[in-house]
Formats: sequence, structure tokens, C-alpha cells
Amino acid sequence: MADHHRVYGPETDPAGDSGYGPDHPPRKGFFTDTSICIGCKACEVACKQWNDVPDDGFDLLGMSYDNTGALGASTWRHVAFIEQPAAPQPEPVDLGMPGMRPPGAATGPEGREQFRWLMSSDVCKHCTHAGCLDVCPTGALFRTEFGTVVVQQDICNGCGYCVSGCPYGVIQRREGDGRAWKCTLCYDRLKDGLEPACAHACPTKSIQFGDLDELRERAGARVEQLHEQGVTEARLYGADPDDGVGGNGAFFLLLDEPEVYGFPPDPVVPTRDIRRMWTFAGLAAAALTAVAAAVFGGQG
Amino acid sequence: MSRRSDGNRAHARQQGDYRPSAAGAGDAVERRGPGGGQLGPLVRADGSREQGMVPPAEFRSYYGRQILKTPAWEDKIAYYFFAGGLSGGSALLAAGADLTGRPALRRGARVGGLAALAAGTYFLIADLGRPERFYRMLRVAKPTSPMSMGTWMLAGYGPAIGLAAAAELVPKRWQGTVPGRLVRVLARPAGLAAAALAPGVASYGAVLLSQTAVPAWNAAHEEMPFIFTASSAASAGGLGMIVAPVSEAAPARRLATYGAVVELAASQRLERRMGVVGEVYGTGPAARYLQRASAFTAAGVLGSVLLGRRSRIAAAASGLALLAGGLFERLGLLHAGIQSTEDPKYVVEPQRRRIAEHGPTRTH
Repeated sequence: MADHHRVYGPETDPAGDSGYGPDHPPRKGFFTDTSICIGCKACEVACKQWNDVPDDGFDLLGMSYDNTGALGASTWRHVAFIEQPAAPQPEPVDLGMPGMRPPGAATGPEGREQFRWLMSSDVCKHCTHAGCLDVCPTGALFRTEFGTVVVQQDICNGCGYCVSGCPYGVIQRREGDGRAWKCTLCYDRLKDGLEPACAHACPTKSIQFGDLDELRERAGARVEQLHEQGVTEARLYGADPDDGVGGNGAFFLLLDEPEVYGFPPDPVVPTRDIRRMWTFAGLAAAALTAVAAAVFGGQG
Repeated sequence: MSRRSDGNRAHARQQGDYRPSAAGAGDAVERRGPGGGQLGPLVRADGSREQGMVPPAEFRSYYGRQILKTPAWEDKIAYYFFAGGLSGGSALLAAGADLTGRPALRRGARVGGLAALAAGTYFLIADLGRPERFYRMLRVAKPTSPMSMGTWMLAGYGPAIGLAAAAELVPKRWQGTVPGRLVRVLARPAGLAAAALAPGVASYGAVLLSQTAVPAWNAAHEEMPFIFTASSAASAGGLGMIVAPVSEAAPARRLATYGAVVELAASQRLERRMGVVGEVYGTGPAARYLQRASAFTAAGVLGSVLLGRRSRIAAAASGLALLAGGLFERLGLLHAGIQSTEDPKYVVEPQRRRIAEHGPTRTH
């Protein structure tokens, strides 16, 4: 066990600290710029096709154009649709005779219903400090030479610990299969020098694949650009190597608070408190030992 | 279905409110305070923002859908934690009985400890998605995984308690044989080794549950180990009162009393301290299990203190009540965790509060 392997704190080279030599490839990741996502779901389809991910049910969720719902064992890319409506117009609008002009054209832009759509393609975050990886008791989950986090399906025994170790609700045990599954960041494609299927299929380059350092720079420039254009709500999520999981390998540009997209606003890897937790367990264990000895000390 | 328990509360709550700067966007959305209660509209009908003393802890989510995954673990894992804790507590009781000359208590606690461990191991393996691959746990020893640490503790503890119990189970006609004598000679060292590992076996499950993103388990990491070990003590004391005659069972009664009192006190502290996440301990199946746990544990300890010295039947009944209390306690803790993943507010609200009070989490 390498001493320098960190469970929390600054970590600039997760692959190197997992035992890969100095010539391992640079850390790879995704920058998902949701400001240019058009919600086409090509990423969902490409991921399913390439990785042979099984059907995850045909459910009409009745909430938006999103009938996928969430990431899961059989959903490794998930496109969220957020429709943010304003109030209904205060005065009833006279519909009049049917005309050729689009609705609202007669009253001008200010009379139209105000709303916007946020679309965002969610994926496994491939955390610097990955809760799923830390708690896996079989070694099925491992850090690749690209700094990504992958499940070895021939090892996993379906203990389910990773499911609860993930602060984002990404990894899940597949019903009927029993093992845990999630995005591999197309480990097989990366090994062959290809980009992951979702990024390859994305028609707007909302999903950008590359070296993480370079993606972070690009993302910072994009936020600045959006701020200059007046889109002040643009912000990065998961790009900060100083956050509760040491930064994500797959991070996002969002146009609203993270929880609106189904992200936790301030995720922390559960392993952060491991020493404190074992300390309390040690105290409880010591108390039990002391009491068990003491109960034999009395009369009777 | 893979999405069996993804909370689909599409209509329960409206998601984020985007308000263009144009006046007239006057829809009132639900605002939730730190306690989860509605504090009134965030935006008045005229579009003006409500000014509150406290910065609004506005709860927003993606159509009310759950953020975390529901834990994969079923009730079997609660049975395991109960049986493992019972076994560990029994190993301690057996070692004490061995050293202080209480043969009936020693025999019952050793055999009971092994039986509990066997049952627990069954539930532990049965709860895997691929039970036939249970031995994959032994590929690695991983300090960052409490489940791995627990597996290795059990790997040492199991043979030790097994050997100690085997000595009690050797039939008379084999006691003179070489293996029979060997087992009897090794029984005490094995029993002491089991007792040395027992507190770890009884407590690691608390770390296992707390070292997750599950809000109700993670936030309970101070109390949970004490609940686990106290509950093991209460259960093992209960078992001791069942298997040993009243004259030998005084240590079992005392162990049960300690366990019950600490378990009840730690549970109280937990539910008071937890803030919004504490709600789950008071609602749904978790609340029902925990109420039963408290009732049975309290009844068991009362029966033990009042009647445990006088009547073997009353002692055994009290012991059974303590065992039931321990089982319900673990079921309650399991379900509190499950419930805390099913509503995104238990993820969002504590994290938002943390950001409001201390800023976003920083590694250094």
C-alpha cells in the first residue's frame, strides 16, 4: 500500500498515485458545456450502442422531454431537460380568428410566455477521490492509466457498497445481473486512441473529450466568454480540484444551481472522514471491551 | 426494474424557477426552510422578493427526483449486522465465563456465538448481487473499505469462535481422542482470540454504513458505533440470560443493562442532533422499527433488572425481548438510510446549509 495514495486532499495525479509509472498518459476527461446542448440524446444512444448497455425500460415519466430519468446501471449518459416556466399571463389573450402568424406575434415579444429550457448530458464524474473506488472491497473498481474509474465486471460480486459510496448517485447494481455498472469513459476506445462514443456523437460539441488540464482551461475561457455576453448565471461544476471530491474528471458548465440539474450542490467523498469514523468505532469497541471485563468483576 | 425506487415525484414539486427580469413573473414557488417546512412564498404576487431575517434555504431539485441511488442492501444486511453483533458480544461473554468458571454461560455463549455468526454469514452472502463470488472479498485487503476490513476481521474471528464452540460440541466418546483433546486444549486460546476480535466485529458495521454518501448514515457516524456495540452487548446479554441458569447469568444481566442503556441514550442523541436528516428516523418504516427497538429493549432491561435474578422464565423472556430490540434497531438504522436517499431534500438542504454557513467544501 503506497503511503502517498491519498483518500482526500490535494491530488494532481490520481493515476500516478495508483501505481502507474511516470510515462502514463495524461488524465482524460469530459467537459460538458450544457449551454450548447440541444438535448438530441445522441450521446445516450451512442453510449448504449458502443457499450452494449441493455434496455433500461420504456417509462414515460410525465415531467419533461426526459424519459430516461437518471443515470443508472443501464444508463451511462442521461440528458436532463429542465423547463423553467414563468407565470401565466395576467390577462386573458383574445385568440380571435385563426391566422397565419405565430402565436404571440400580435402582442410582441413581451407578451409571449417566458420560459427557457436547460439541457444537460449527465455522466459519471470520474472523481479524483472516488467514493465508489475507495469502498469497493474486491478491487473490482480500479483507477485506469487515464485517471478514470472503471468496474472490472469479471471481479465484481455485487456487494453494493459502491452504490452508496457515490455522492452523485451514478453507479448502480443491475437488476437481474447483480453486478455494479457505470460509465467506463469508453476505456476500450481510449486504449485505441479514440474518443468516447458520446463525445464522438455529440453534434454541437457540448460534450468535449480531452486532457483534463486542457479542458479546464477551455472551460474557464468559455465561462468568461459567456459572462461577457451577459450570461452571468454560467458557472462550472466539478472543475475545481479543491472541492469535496478533489475535482471531477467529467465536469460541467451549468446555467443554474447544480441541484436544478439533479446534482448535489456540495458533494464530499465519504472517505474524507474515515479516520474520524474509525476513531469513534475504536472508542465504542474499547468501551465494549471494558464493560465486558467489568461485568465479570461484581458479585454473583 | 433498474429504476425500481428512483423517486418519481414529477408532480410533487416544481423544479427550478427561472425568472426573467421582466416584471410580472409573479408565480409563488414553494420555499423550504432548514427544517423542511414551508416558510411561505419566495416571491410575492407583485414580483417583489420577500425579505427574511435568515437567508432563504430555498430547496430546488430536478423534478423532485432522488439524487442518490437507493442502497442496494435489503433487510438481510440488517439481519447480518444483528447476528454479527450478537456473535461478537457472545464471544466476549463466553471468554469472561471461561475465565471466571461459569461453564453453562461459557457453553451457551460459545455455541450461540457460532450459530449467530453462521446465520450472519449466510445473510451477508445472500445479500450479494453475485453470491457465488463471495470469496472475491479475499482478493484484496483495503484499508479504505470498511467492508474489506470487516471481511478480514471475520476471517480471523470465524475460525476462533468456531474452534471455541467446537470444544463444547465434541461428543463424549471422542473427548479422549487426540483431535478431541486438542480441541479442548485450544478452546481457551481460541475463545480469547475471538474475544479480542469481537469488539471490532461488533463495531465495524457502523463505519461501513457511515462511510457512504447516504445522509442518515453519514451524519450519524459519531453515535452509530456506540449503537452497534451497545446493541451487541444487549443482545449477547439477552442470549446469556436465555442459555445460562440464573445463578451464572449475573454478568449477562449486567452486560444487557449497559447495552440497553447506552443504546437508548445514543439513539436519543442521534435523533436530536441530526437536523433535517433526523426526520427520517421519525418517519416511515424506520420510525416503526426504531420504536419497536426501544420498546423491546426497554422491556427487556426492565424485566432483567426486576425479575432476572428470581425466575429463569422471566430471564429468558427478557432475553428474547432484548434480542428482538437489537434486531429492530438494525432494521431501523437500515431503513433510515434508505429513506434518506429517496428524497433529494436530504441531500440538497444539508449541503446548501453547509455552503451558507462555511462556504463550499475545500480540501485545504
